[in-house]
Amino acid sequence: MSKMHVKLKVNGDEVEGLAEPRTLLIHFLRENLKVTGPHVGCETSHCGACTVDMDGKSVKSCTVFVAQAQGADVTTVEGLVNPDGSLSVLQEMFREHHGLQCGFCTPGMITRAHRLLQENPTPTEEDVRFGMAGNLCRCTGYQNIVKAILAAAEINNAQKEAAE
Amino acid sequence: MKDDVATPEERSASLKGMGCSRKRVEDVRFTQGRGNYVDDIKLDGMLFGDFVRSPYAHARVVSIDTEAAMKVPGVVAVLTAKDLEPLGLHWMPTLAGDKQMVLADGKVLFQGQEVAYVIAKDRYAAADGVEAVEVEYDELPVLTDPFEALKSDVVLREDLAGQTEGAHGPRKHHNHIFTWEQGDKDATEAVLAGADVVAEEMVYYHRTHPCPLETCGCVASMDKVTGKLTLHGTFQAPHAIRTVVSLISGIAEHNIRVISPDIGGGFGNKVGAYAGYVCSVVASIVTGKPVKWVENRMDNLMSTAFARDYWMQGKIAATKEGKITGLWCHTTADHGGFDACADPTKFPAGFMNICTGSYDIPTAYLAVDGVYTNKAPGGVAYRCSFRVTEAAYFIERMIEVLAIKLNMDAAELRRINFIRKDQFPYQSALGWEYDSGDYHTAWDKALAAVGYVDLRKEQAQRLEDFKSGKTRKLMGIGLTHFTEIVGAGPVKNCDILGLGMFDSCEIRIHPTGSAIARLGTISQGQGHATTFAQILASEIGISADDITIEEGDTDTAPYGLGTYGSRSTPVAGAATAMAGRKIRAKAQMIAAYLLEVHDDDVEFDVDRFVVKGAPDRFKTMKELAFASYNQAIPGLEPGLEAVSYYDPPNMTYPFGAYICVMDLDVDTGEHEIRKFYALDDCGTRINPMIIEGQVHGGATEGYAIAMGQEIAYDDMGNHKTATLMDFFLPTSWETPTYETDFTVTPSPHHPIGAKGVGESPNVGSVPAFSNAVHDAFRPFGLTQSHMPHDHWRVWRIARDLGLHG
Repeated sequence: MSKMHVKLKVNGDEVEGLAEPRTLLIHFLRENLKVTGPHVGCETSHCGACTVDMDGKSVKSCTVFVAQAQGADVTTVEGLVNPDGSLSVLQEMFREHHGLQCGFCTPGMITRAHRLLQENPTPTEEDVRFGMAGNLCRCTGYQNIVKAILAAAEINNAQKEAAE
Repeated sequence: MKDDVATPEERSASLKGMGCSRKRVEDVRFTQGRGNYVDDIKLDGMLFGDFVRSPYAHARVVSIDTEAAMKVPGVVAVLTAKDLEPLGLHWMPTLAGDKQMVLADGKVLFQGQEVAYVIAKDRYAAADGVEAVEVEYDELPVLTDPFEALKSDVVLREDLAGQTEGAHGPRKHHNHIFTWEQGDKDATEAVLAGADVVAEEMVYYHRTHPCPLETCGCVASMDKVTGKLTLHGTFQAPHAIRTVVSLISGIAEHNIRVISPDIGGGFGNKVGAYAGYVCSVVASIVTGKPVKWVENRMDNLMSTAFARDYWMQGKIAATKEGKITGLWCHTTADHGGFDACADPTKFPAGFMNICTGSYDIPTAYLAVDGVYTNKAPGGVAYRCSFRVTEAAYFIERMIEVLAIKLNMDAAELRRINFIRKDQFPYQSALGWEYDSGDYHTAWDKALAAVGYVDLRKEQAQRLEDFKSGKTRKLMGIGLTHFTEIVGAGPVKNCDILGLGMFDSCEIRIHPTGSAIARLGTISQGQGHATTFAQILASEIGISADDITIEEGDTDTAPYGLGTYGSRSTPVAGAATAMAGRKIRAKAQMIAAYLLEVHDDDVEFDVDRFVVKGAPDRFKTMKELAFASYNQAIPGLEPGLEAVSYYDPPNMTYPFGAYICVMDLDVDTGEHEIRKFYALDDCGTRINPMIIEGQVHGGATEGYAIAMGQEIAYDDMGNHKTATLMDFFLPTSWETPTYETDFTVTPSPHHPIGAKGVGESPNVGSVPAFSNAVHDAFRPFGLTQSHMPHDHWRVWRIARDLGLHG
């Protein structure tokens, strides 16, 4: 199959490469770019392990062609760490509140939570449970994930307030 | 070190040993996407394998034409049973003493069965190749019902034709696998015949699937120069896989290196040996290149490792006051097309004989018949210790059915039948010796915590309101007191493929006082790197932060049987403590030498050895570690290392009391979990944060199983639940919030008293959810309705009871 030239931004870096038109974004990220944070869990958009941020929206990269990401700005969990390489508030809160076990859903979970907190910086528990319902976890029962996201929102807001 | 002023409490806290909620060391990698799972592994020249699968549940394979597939760009080779046959690999042994086709050999026995293996340059080309393989089938009659299978003339396993003796005794019919009996049949029947009251019920625990978020997969890499095979894979038991690969491939075991990297959840799915592993190994040998195989979700749900599917016919006898006098159970176990259950060899129905539960039942009998059907093989312990989930569900349903028959409160019926604290160690009628328990204390604590008496009053009021038309919602209170049996197990009666189920730990203390410990187990999310370091920190006085825990590489880790059946803490955790004690014993001799006193005159104090009666004369473990490398100590070898292979004297018996309060809408069948209280007693608690996380996760799996999750087939053997659209995994939206609690009754035979907890919440929560549904409809005459209690089935219960007016 003939290949097409794709160019996009991933975690702040301009990247380009050749890919078949049918290549899924998740496979381009994982196999061409070796960005292996996002995972494949179901191939049908149900589990959210492949969630990445594309032009300011959460997308499930197992059902997006890399061709659709032409020119897009894509962020994965690898791109969410602080500039100095330390864990972001959200990542730290997942650790603090035991919001992960096997870690397989975690990259998608954190990437989605990151976007959720942009969409709604002061969510209630119900908002978090609804906003995260596109990401499945088989280990935690979500209770500590919800706790971690609410804690991160609180810290973010306190930091914002202090800065103002 | 003489200026050390920290108090023993401060020194102890700095170790981050047992009992503290130490943050997980794994999370720094996982939270930034730096895990290393099988599909992340990329080797030079790596090829991809993918399966052609059968669309039929039972059919002859007339022909397989691979010519078109071989012309697909990128396809390198296509393997069929004919290619594997000369190697003797077209069939493989199962863990249950049966054999299983690796690739379809003349016929297929379930939909999704592996028929051909396409190897290609990338996963897209492999999928193209799969599409291009032409297979001609000749359909055969399909058997999806085990009861029908035992009567049918249709022979599923023609390869076993005429064999009246199976791996576990006589076979009664060509679709029969085994009969397994425990207890005293005659005595139990006599008790039933003479009892005041006998309650009888068929309890079905439906077929489901562990469905970890990461599917099964491997990367096989045969180095033809060194003759060494490296097999990365999602293996819950890497050492056992190495031995199995050696036995079936003929490659010497020292030339096989099995590596389990990070594993994205297991829950029993990753215990077995699958066709994908065998084909990938063969493909790597054939092509000389590394070959990766990773299931997609549909492959996973259709072919690797179902769980449950037990039809349990029960009879329970009691006095009219409610004292249970006998229990009888006959189970029909649907094993699918091959008997590939993952159980210890001597237990073809796992530990189903724990089905007397938490109760002092003097007489009992259990028989289990295994049956072949046209469904996928497996029968793994989905977050359970070998059929304990089925056993616990059975007895906790039978108790409820008996309570209805006696017109008694189910909480009180449990209370008067619990094994009393003073009866431990307790010998059960079906052959187990329960190590320790205090069920009455746990039960009373649980009932008080939820306000049981008030809940029953509220429920009675609700019933009145329902009857008078004020509400359409009923309220159910689901009770469970479960007893688990985990930590398999003593080598004298527990083995898998002849491998004793001990486990191991090897510790090396470095000169500067930090350490590495390697174990025969493998974490799949349980946090071993965190908790095993805590056990060691308490045992050897080195901070958990200074101890690396490593698992999963058979070239470096000591031999062990892996992680499943809640065995890591009971068995490998014990090995860790025992290896730690060997380190400590040697450190004591070094300390005595350096302090110029007799060995018996120094004692261990948190992180040091102190001269008895002279607290300012001591040597810290750090100092002793260095001394072991730089001092010539008479009678002692240099270095500070130890290894322990631990053969547990008994299983451990964690227990718990779970209570679920649920509202059910009789018109829509929808449920709302108002409260879920989980009290667990797992003996000594190593890391409360991790225990709580295990309970949340296991209870959520239980919620899924009880309320909607199933592997379903139609009469043609078509798999109806092969994607996450159809197979229920709860989201954050519907998952309940859990309240956790605990009591502590240490195991008397475990070095640190720990019992294991990972599977308790799955075992305990399923009957709690299910009993709540049943309890809501009890006033209208419901005694038993099979899971899963999804909205449709609950609606149907209400309809059948005439509640829709």
